[in-house]
Amino acid sequence: MPEVAVRELTMAEAVREALSEEMRRDPTVFIMGEDVAEAGTPFKVLSGMVEEFGKSRVIDTPISEPGFTGIGVGAAMTGLRPVVDIMFGDFLTLVMDQLVNQAAKVHYMSGGAWKVPMVLRTTLGASRRSAAQHSQSLQAWLSHVPGLKVVLPSTPYDAKGLLKTAIRDDNPVIFFEDKMMFRLKGPVPVEDYTIPFGVADIKREGEDITLVATSSMVQVALGAAKLLEEIGISAEVVDPRTTWPLDEKTLIESAKKTSRAIVIDEGYERYGVTAEIASVIATGAFYDLDAPVKRIGAMHVPIPFSPPLEDATIPTDKTVFEAARAMCKRS
Amino acid sequence: MKTESKPAEAGAGASSEKWLRMYRGMQMIRLFEEQVNELYTRAVMPGLAHLYIGEEAVAVGICDALNRDDYITSTHRGHGHCLAKGASPDRMFAELLGKEAGYCRGKGGSMHIADPASGNLGANAIVGGSAGIATGAAFSAKHRGTKQVAVCFFGEGALGQGLLYEVMNLARLWNLPVIYVCENNMYNEYTHFSETTAGEVLARPAAFGIPAESVDGQDVRAVNAAASHMVEQARAGNGPGFLLCNTYRYHGHHVGDVSRDYYRAKQEEQKWRAERDPIKVLSEWLLGEKLAAQAQLDEIQAKAKSEIDAAVAFALAAPYPGVDQVGEDVYA
Repeated sequence: MPEVAVRELTMAEAVREALSEEMRRDPTVFIMGEDVAEAGTPFKVLSGMVEEFGKSRVIDTPISEPGFTGIGVGAAMTGLRPVVDIMFGDFLTLVMDQLVNQAAKVHYMSGGAWKVPMVLRTTLGASRRSAAQHSQSLQAWLSHVPGLKVVLPSTPYDAKGLLKTAIRDDNPVIFFEDKMMFRLKGPVPVEDYTIPFGVADIKREGEDITLVATSSMVQVALGAAKLLEEIGISAEVVDPRTTWPLDEKTLIESAKKTSRAIVIDEGYERYGVTAEIASVIATGAFYDLDAPVKRIGAMHVPIPFSPPLEDATIPTDKTVFEAARAMCKRS
Repeated sequence: MKTESKPAEAGAGASSEKWLRMYRGMQMIRLFEEQVNELYTRAVMPGLAHLYIGEEAVAVGICDALNRDDYITSTHRGHGHCLAKGASPDRMFAELLGKEAGYCRGKGGSMHIADPASGNLGANAIVGGSAGIATGAAFSAKHRGTKQVAVCFFGEGALGQGLLYEVMNLARLWNLPVIYVCENNMYNEYTHFSETTAGEVLARPAAFGIPAESVDGQDVRAVNAAASHMVEQARAGNGPGFLLCNTYRYHGHHVGDVSRDYYRAKQEEQKWRAERDPIKVLSEWLLGEKLAAQAQLDEIQAKAKSEIDAAVAFALAAPYPGVDQVGEDVYA
């Protein structure tokens, strides 16, 4: 195998590089959102892009999420490939009609006549002390809707490859970035690559228990796996990378191998992503399981502001470790 | 308020051809909708049917000012827009009956007819829901430099929806070639618009600096003149327009909305039908100006009738989609 050049990039740099490469490759791709141009978003993910691509392709909008998302849908139907930037995932509530009743249904309702090749980038994740309207992880809401695809990258490598796939996809794709991970570094090849949707990635191999984790929770699961290793439990960490399409096969096979599974996602636990994945595993690996599948998500409360309160609402290395230890019946 | 204009450069021949084309267009919609009423009442058509009868001059006057590759978005009361933009009645009826030969392979139905070949981005059953799509199509046309124009049809009920004002703001800011056509048929479902609409309708576009006009929506010539001017402006790069068309829905909100006394009087309906019927308004003018003879108009109507009858027969005979198709077209 030839030597492949790999550098370390942050998550933010990986996202920016994916967008820039796709915009160089395809003149129909453009970005639109609040403070995406000179400001480069509050998270500085897009810094420098307006200088390269100009204001006609890196477009600042008014604070009108439904308006510019709707414009994205219409532009996508008529020959462009918009990347719509919704600053905080909490603002998805404002654009639900445009996503759920419009973008997701246009292709089906028109009997395949129209397509909506649009990407909506947004953020998820708590622990930034931003309180209840800037901290939610609403991926379950959109994973519920036929016609949408939902992507949850957990590393710079995955973020770049998955975002390039999202931009090239002919369907509306919701791309969630954990706002606490923008500075996370990881290896990213220099060469062009894409990562297909619906293919889970085993982030760590193990024998005794499967930890299925998404986005921000992958690092938590890896942290828990390290703690578990210290007491002799070998944990496998599986990252589905996309909640739809969902790689059911890899999830089931891992659970069959280890005979135990915990599913961790930062969205609200009730009726959440963890429920669907746990159901897939419970159904597909039933006869190989030694324990009921366990789910860990955010507490069923609005995310509080006060640091000790907020920290109590989201899964941590420690809570996952404790749950895994109990499931493996170790003291 | 502009109510009438005649293209000065066009001779009587060119002019009468154009008005006869629009006469035929209005007849097609009227006859189409009468068949819809019939099919629905006979329980042949499933779902919901919102008839456009009475409002024909709006769709026809506006779509005649557009090119085939210009875009429209339509509403739940959308059959007229779709036909006027160039959809063919046979595939329309097939869609209304849920048949595979329909424009949406039977997956959309009456409220979701879409047709890329005629620039129809789709009828939308969320009130005001297509304002973003229409404005986005205009954004795309400008971005790609194609000189296409987009028309967003909506009823006055959509004046209560926030999305409309968000995209009007954006369309003005970015100078987009989009025309917002408000069809004021006076009733938001079963409620008179005066009970739901504060202030003046035209004060809304004025607040954004969007040129606006109010026209007699029963007079296809007035609608067409105003639309032609706005389309010309949009195509020339001068940005959006807003056209308020004052019109009337002869039937109920949907077929089946029969007892309407609690929200409007029979006399009001009769008055509009007798005095402001768009087909009558045009035909009387054509005859008065000697641009057409009655026999000519009768022939147009008869031809339209046989085309509609053939389209209904086609749709009735067409097969339903196989159940195996239910999972197709979820993703491209």
